[in-house]
Amino acid sequence: MCTLEKKGRVLILTLTGSGEHRLGPDMISSLRSALATARSDSTAGALVVTNEGRFFCNGFDLAWTGKSKEKLMTLVSQAKPLIADLVSLPMPTIAAVTGHVAAAGVMFALAHDYVYMRGDRGVFYCSELDVGLPFPPYFMVLMRTKLTKPGTLRDLALGAKKINAIEGKERGLVDKVFDSASDVLPEAVNMAEQLAARNWIGGVYASIRMSMYPDLCRSVGIPQESDEEVEKHFVSRL
Amino acid sequence: MCTLEKRGRVLILTLTGSGEHRLGPDLISSLRSLLATARSDPSAAALVTVGEGRFFSNGLDLAWAKNSSEGLSTLVRLLKPLIADLISLPMPTVAAVTGHAAAAGMMIAIAHDYVYMRGDRGVLYMSELDIGLPFPDYFMDLMQAKITDPRTLRDVTLRAKKITGTEAKERGIVDKVCQSASETVAEAVKMAEELAGRNWDKGVYASIRMSVYPKLCKSLEIPEESDEAVTKHFASRL
Repeated sequence: MCTLEKKGRVLILTLTGSGEHRLGPDMISSLRSALATARSDSTAGALVVTNEGRFFCNGFDLAWTGKSKEKLMTLVSQAKPLIADLVSLPMPTIAAVTGHVAAAGVMFALAHDYVYMRGDRGVFYCSELDVGLPFPPYFMVLMRTKLTKPGTLRDLALGAKKINAIEGKERGLVDKVFDSASDVLPEAVNMAEQLAARNWIGGVYASIRMSMYPDLCRSVGIPQESDEEVEKHFVSRL
Repeated sequence: MCTLEKRGRVLILTLTGSGEHRLGPDLISSLRSLLATARSDPSAAALVTVGEGRFFSNGLDLAWAKNSSEGLSTLVRLLKPLIADLISLPMPTVAAVTGHAAAAGMMIAIAHDYVYMRGDRGVLYMSELDIGLPFPDYFMDLMQAKITDPRTLRDVTLRAKKITGTEAKERGIVDKVCQSASETVAEAVKMAEELAGRNWDKGVYASIRMSVYPKLCKSLEIPEESDEAVTKHFASRL
C-alpha cells in the first residue's frame, strides 16, 4: 500500500501501485505506521510523500463503505489522526503529486507544508457537493486554514470545481508546478534536502507549525503545547 | 420595492426603481419575504440579485433612521436576519452589481456566493469611516469571511476606498467584471443556470456554505447544524 525509503536525510513515502490509493482502514493504518517510523527517525530531516500511477489519492474507500453511513463515519474518524500525524510531524513535509487528488485525498495533500504537482495532468477536486455530502468539520477547518486566497475555498468546496495544477498554483493550492511528471519527485526531494540542510530542530519545527494552525490542531485533536513544553524548545543557538 | 421572477430554474430578485434602494424596514421586510418564497420553491435552483438604475443599494435608510425614534441601531438589527437569509439560502446565489453598492448595500452584494459587477460604472464603497461610524460586528465578520486579502480588507474598511468593478475583480472581491449593466445581469443569469444545472442537493449546498463561514454564521445567529442534521444530508448518490 505504501513504502518508506530514505535518501540521505530525506524520507520518501510512496503510495504504491497503479490504483486510486483510496483511504480505507488498511491504507490509513499503513500510512500512520510509516509516519510513526518517520517521526521516530532522529536523523531524518524532511518527508516527501508521492504516488505511483494516475492517482495521488482519490478519497475514501467507498467500495469498503458501500452505502453504510456508519462505515463512512468510521473512515472520517480514522483519517483524523492521520491528518494530525502530518500536522504534528517534526520535520518539513512535501507532497509530490503526480496524479489526481480528490475528496479526502485533497485533505491528505493539503496537510503537507508544500505541494508540488505535475502541470500536464491531474486535478484537485472536492467531490462532496456533487455526491451530496457535507464536509466533516475538520476537513473544512483544514481547507479554511490552507486556502486563503479569495474564491479558492468557495470554488473548491462550494463549486465542486476541478482545479488543475497551473490554476492551483495561482490560487494557492499548489506551491510549484512541473511540466513533466518525472520532474516532480526529484524536485521535491531536492527541496526536501535543502530544508533538511537547514538543520532545524524537529520539535521546534513542529511547535511552530502547530502554533500557526491552532484551530486546525484543535479540530484534529492535537493537544496544545503547554508553556513548559514550549519553554523546553528554548534555543541553544542564540 | 423588489420583485421576484423565475426563468427556468433561476430566480431573479430585482431591487426595483431608479432610486438608491436604501435599506429601510419596508425594503428589508420585502426582501426577506421574497427570499422566504425562494427558499420554499422546490424547483428553484439558483438566485440572482439585481438592482435597477444607478444603484445596487446605497446602504441603510439613514433618512428613516434620523426621523425615527428607534434610529440606526434598529436598522442594523433588522438587516442582520436578511444577511442571514442569504448565507443560509439553500441554493447558489449570484449578485449582479449593476450600480453603486455602498455600506449595507455592499454587505448585501458580498453576502452572495458569486459577485458579478459592471466595470464601466459604479463602485463598491464602505462609507462608515467617512461618516464616522464603526462597523456592526456582523458586517466585519462578513467582510473578513469574503475579503481574505489583508491589504484589500484594509483599503475597504480602514481607507474607505471606492473600488471599481475592475479593481474589485483584481483584488478578489468580485468574480467577474462586465462591460455594462445588462451584460452583468446576463452573465450572472448564465452562471446561475450553470450552477442550477449541477443538480446539487440544496440542503447540502446550504450546509457546506455555512460550514465554510462558521464565525459569520455565529455572528448572524444562524444556528449551527446538529450532528443529526448533518448526517441527514448523507448522500443518496454514493
